[in-house]
Amino acid sequence: MATGRDDFVIAFRSAFLKKKDKQKFSLLSLIILSIIVIILSNINFKPIQFVKIGINEIIYRSSYIASKPENYLQELTLKIKNHINLFENYKDIKLELENLKQEKVTNNFLKSENEKLRNLINENINSDEILAKVLIDRESPFLKSIILNKGTKDNVKMGMAIIDGVYLVGQIIEVNYTNSRALLLSDLNSKIPSVLAPQNIQAVLSGTGKNYGIIEHTKDDIEEDLKDQDVIIYTSGLGGLFKPGIPIGKISKYTNNKVEFFSDFTQLDYVKITSFTFGDTK
Amino acid sequence: MASLNKSNFLKASASYLPLIILFISVFNEFDFNYLKIENFSFNFVYILVFYWTLRNPDSLGYFSIFVAGIVNDVVVGIPIGISSLCYLILCAVTAYIRNITLSPNFVKDWFSLLFTMVLINSIQVIIIDLIFLIEISYMSYVVNSGFTFLFYPMFFLIFNALSQIIYQKKND
Repeated sequence: MATGRDDFVIAFRSAFLKKKDKQKFSLLSLIILSIIVIILSNINFKPIQFVKIGINEIIYRSSYIASKPENYLQELTLKIKNHINLFENYKDIKLELENLKQEKVTNNFLKSENEKLRNLINENINSDEILAKVLIDRESPFLKSIILNKGTKDNVKMGMAIIDGVYLVGQIIEVNYTNSRALLLSDLNSKIPSVLAPQNIQAVLSGTGKNYGIIEHTKDDIEEDLKDQDVIIYTSGLGGLFKPGIPIGKISKYTNNKVEFFSDFTQLDYVKITSFTFGDTK
Repeated sequence: MASLNKSNFLKASASYLPLIILFISVFNEFDFNYLKIENFSFNFVYILVFYWTLRNPDSLGYFSIFVAGIVNDVVVGIPIGISSLCYLILCAVTAYIRNITLSPNFVKDWFSLLFTMVLINSIQVIIIDLIFLIEISYMSYVVNSGFTFLFYPMFFLIFNALSQIIYQKKND
């Protein structure tokens, strides 16, 4: 019995403390170092933050270079797929264009009416946009985020909205000197105050960690209201970070209350980092 | 002379192959996510670290594994140091298995990987969710561990073949 325990202790001690010929550090010292790094990364102390930003800068750039061949292969696959589906896509797009032309006429009228009404109550929303390239878009199963090539030197700040075309895709959660990280709407930690149209119901759009979102914090009988109709999700502007009315996604009658995002987060190449200023001054 | 230099270079490069694969996979977050199969993911780095530290411990240095963990944390976006800790615990388990095993057994190794993944994923979840308060999907971890466990035999065969090539080159 004692021999068995001794064997265990010897094997355990040898695993943690003994250095092999080619190992310069013992496992125990590196495990302790990892724990120190975890504790330090949780401390909001300026020199540590600078070191963290430095590490992020180097690794983001290196990762961008290292992932180039894989990205090239993915792009190539996509191009081939698009080429094969060209005729099918053409027919669908032609039909969609007809519908959009009709909608545009109505929308132009609504847009000008909206502007007039905002002017009447002296409410203006100004926005500043920064065009950014997506450096890394690793689809981790745990966290959904992208790295952008704009940082504090380009006046990027925490909480700014990330827009792909006209659709909201996320918000800035980490800013370094030349790059920043944006949390995508599909991440579990993403919560966006939103409004469901045409019902005009206030809600919170939550990410699920998958490629769809869900609606939270609404009345219990909401599912009945949404049944058998298409619902569009817009930002409500309630948090004060985003302007109201940025399209996010839709709930189709067949998708079981899952929010399908308008933007394909796996195909992001260039996005706009946008900040909004609200005021009654023109 | 030129062919001699070339062969030396090949020998040196071959011995660094596991390290190169490790860094490429952490920089690329290599897990076949781009296949877009719902609920499918596996942790290639766990398999790589587990195999090489168990079978050929001299191929991967502990410090390189520590640095790879830091890179992985930055790329994925979780607090720095967590992956390093997990990879090093994996190394500790493999070192322990090596010390207590006289003749290596694939099935025992395979189930040890499962046990180790349960242990390190629990540590990771505790740190991320309970200490850093970052919401994560527990199901993703379970699925990820499951697929990593299932994929181990396949990569075991690939790495075995690779290992033979590396050591053949070394002994030439």
